[in-house]
Amino acid sequence: MPAEIYLNVAVSGILTGLVYGLMALGLSVIFGVVRVVNFAHGEMMTIAMYIALVVFTAFGLDPLIMLVPITAVLFALGYVMQAGMINPFVTRPEHTQFLLLLGVAIVIVNGLLIIFGPDAQSVRTTYAFDSFQFGRLIVDATKLYAAATAVVTAAALFAFFRFTDVGTAIRACADNHAGALTVGLNVNRLYALTFGLGSACVGAAGTLLVLIIDITPQVGPVYTLLAFIIVITGGMGSMPGALLGGLLIGVTEAMAGLIFTPSAKSMFAFAILVLVLLFRPQGILGRKTS
Amino acid sequence: MSRFVVRLTEDVSRRALTLLVVFFAAMVIAPFALNDYLLTVLILIFYSAYLGLAWNILMGFAGYLSLGHALYVGLGGYTAAALYVHFGIGPWIGLLVAIPVTMISGAIIGFLAFRFGVAGVYFAILTIAFAEFARIGFDHFNWVGGSGGFFLPVKQYAHNDLWLLRGSPAMFYYVILAATVVAFLACRLMLHSRIGYFWQAIREDEGAARAIGVDTFRYKMYAVVISAGMSAFAGVFYAFYYNNLFPEQVFHILRSIELILGPMIGGIGTLFGPVLGAFVLTSLAEVLHAVLAVFGIDVPGVNRVLYGVCLLLVVIWVPHGIWPWLARRLGLTEPRP
Amino acid sequence: MSALLSISGVSKRFRGLVAVDNVSFDVPQGVIYAVIGPNGAGKTTLFNMIAGEFVPDGGTISFDGARIDGHPPDEVCRRGIGRTFQLVRPFPALSVAENVMIGALLHRSDVAEARARAYDVLKRLDLFDKREQPASALTLPDRKRLEVARALATEPKLLLLDEVMAGLRPTETDRIVSVLRELNRETGLTILLIEHVMRAVMALAQRVLVLHHGAAIAEGAPEEVVRERAVIDSYLGAEALA
Repeated sequence: MPAEIYLNVAVSGILTGLVYGLMALGLSVIFGVVRVVNFAHGEMMTIAMYIALVVFTAFGLDPLIMLVPITAVLFALGYVMQAGMINPFVTRPEHTQFLLLLGVAIVIVNGLLIIFGPDAQSVRTTYAFDSFQFGRLIVDATKLYAAATAVVTAAALFAFFRFTDVGTAIRACADNHAGALTVGLNVNRLYALTFGLGSACVGAAGTLLVLIIDITPQVGPVYTLLAFIIVITGGMGSMPGALLGGLLIGVTEAMAGLIFTPSAKSMFAFAILVLVLLFRPQGILGRKTS
Repeated sequence: MSRFVVRLTEDVSRRALTLLVVFFAAMVIAPFALNDYLLTVLILIFYSAYLGLAWNILMGFAGYLSLGHALYVGLGGYTAAALYVHFGIGPWIGLLVAIPVTMISGAIIGFLAFRFGVAGVYFAILTIAFAEFARIGFDHFNWVGGSGGFFLPVKQYAHNDLWLLRGSPAMFYYVILAATVVAFLACRLMLHSRIGYFWQAIREDEGAARAIGVDTFRYKMYAVVISAGMSAFAGVFYAFYYNNLFPEQVFHILRSIELILGPMIGGIGTLFGPVLGAFVLTSLAEVLHAVLAVFGIDVPGVNRVLYGVCLLLVVIWVPHGIWPWLARRLGLTEPRP
Repeated sequence: MSALLSISGVSKRFRGLVAVDNVSFDVPQGVIYAVIGPNGAGKTTLFNMIAGEFVPDGGTISFDGARIDGHPPDEVCRRGIGRTFQLVRPFPALSVAENVMIGALLHRSDVAEARARAYDVLKRLDLFDKREQPASALTLPDRKRLEVARALATEPKLLLLDEVMAGLRPTETDRIVSVLRELNRETGLTILLIEHVMRAVMALAQRVLVLHHGAAIAEGAPEEVVRERAVIDSYLGAEALA
């Protein structure tokens, strides 16, 4: 196979991986701060995807335009979920949180199944088949736009955590729960905010992902697992790690699909997961927790 | 023999024992009282109860959440099916091969996880990963049918052949009922012996357990391997009852999730919890199905939404499961989870 | 008489912070030995190395004639060292009796025998009446005694007690002191304890080691050690002797 194909597939993988990274960033933020294992992460993303689909089908509005509103909707959803249901579980054993969110995930997936049916649907924008050429490199327009937007969104999130008071307060919560309480931070509100932010990431990622993939309700669990693999690989609680993990998984997936069969894609992702869990459980950029 | 019986029944109240015997007697005569449809529902219930009991060993007793138990069921089923279809070997001999196969895979997963200190959520995800490996792997495993499915030859049900597990629903019912009873008694025995206490210590506080001399690695391995081995039987039963195996179905994460719902609802760590949970969940699903059929609604996903809601309700309101509450109401004693 | 426990030149560093600095001492068989010193002196780290939770960075630890440094906690316990935790760790969902039974099951595989042994230990520690209560329902003093009972049930030759008196009222302290003295007298149980409660140390200990900043600054009989200048300056304060 000519070298171009490998290059194109790899670049395609990188671009898709950046969107994955944005999705995983949300999970990393949630786990890093609230310490909740959000097993409904991918399912929440499918909510965003279906909203984008419906809006596009009904009003013809491009997902890129809908990015901000959908992100806001998912933010609200996450906030309410945390404040209303998940909060008591923050201090409970991990497996009960896991099961709670698993329940949420099942309800979401099957709810969407009932409403939209199992068939794949997609968003075909006007530029859906456009591509850019950079020398011998051919890049899909959709992927390029999605990746670029993902990077900008991630940067905005980084900036938020770095430069705003609220962001600093959230990071304080993550580092030291008890300490945060003693200096008077409203930890519950910050947790809800953080879950909202994590969900917003997923909302943004979902809106971008509809440009790239077909949507069925069943993609939810697939992306939940993928998000976990990315976050564990990149490092739980490390934001740059989530993006790095996303890139790694995106490229691996793409190359595995090219060299082997498409169904082997997820096998490679899982193989990476197993290796990371065994040999470097804190992930590439994670810190070892004692 | 009498010492055995004493050990099985010590510190179980008179009342509990009576209720249990009555319940068992009812289950034994059930095929004579129920129509075929209800009998198949009962088969499903005890299948779920059996698997729930097997899974409960790892989670309820030892405290390790496995979300990939479908792996063992699938491996068990495929092993016995392959031996039958390709070599004419009956399911009971097939079981003798299936059990070591699943135990070895459990041992591999356990060894990898426990040697490297993988626990909690990470362990759960690891189990998911292995089940997914199997799902995708078997899709390409053409000797056992690949993604197109593996089919067991079906003969007529004119007479019951217990050796080859071909026959009427009643025969299958008694097989799965017997298996559930054996599993129940085995779990009870284990829970009340050294292995069960060590498991509970590991579940409650693994570090403290190590400090008082419990070889946690060894006992966790026992839990995984026993749980996996028990699940093999469920797989063999599944294969010979439904007579077809598809990797997409058998190893799917949904199967793994379904099998944990029973024990969760009934009560993780209890003995009767998985059985009660199986009854509650399956009955609810069937009732819902019937109600929807009346309204002419046949939408995929409705009963799964029910599962999800059930799970949510249980985790939020009755995290210890229904059985502890029910047992208290009935005035029974039951080993505390 | 060779020592039951022999600590020789043991050190432990945590990323630049020296927690234990070249500590050596011997604990003879049948002796009650106390380790005292200000917070952060390295006492619990020392314990954790003996119990197998940490691996020493330097030096050796020998027990009953064999090296045990670097061995895992469950193996150390099997060799005959029982320990309690500073922050008690009962098995919350299990009953008091079951908690202690698990300790007893180390050397007795029969559950009925283990239960009998557990009952004996519970009676000695005055917890027999509460044997069917879930451990989570106990008060702190009771939990501390449960912790000791559980460790005792493993039939140790050496018992490591980590600040077992902390948070107890004087009457409760005296109770535990008398139980420990009794055990030591009747069974020859060797006890190594970390303690801040000087009342207990003076009542129990036959030998005392003082740690400060990870290093041993004094060792000997309690009456002598508490009069040493270095010990008074770093830990006790002059009022303690008044």
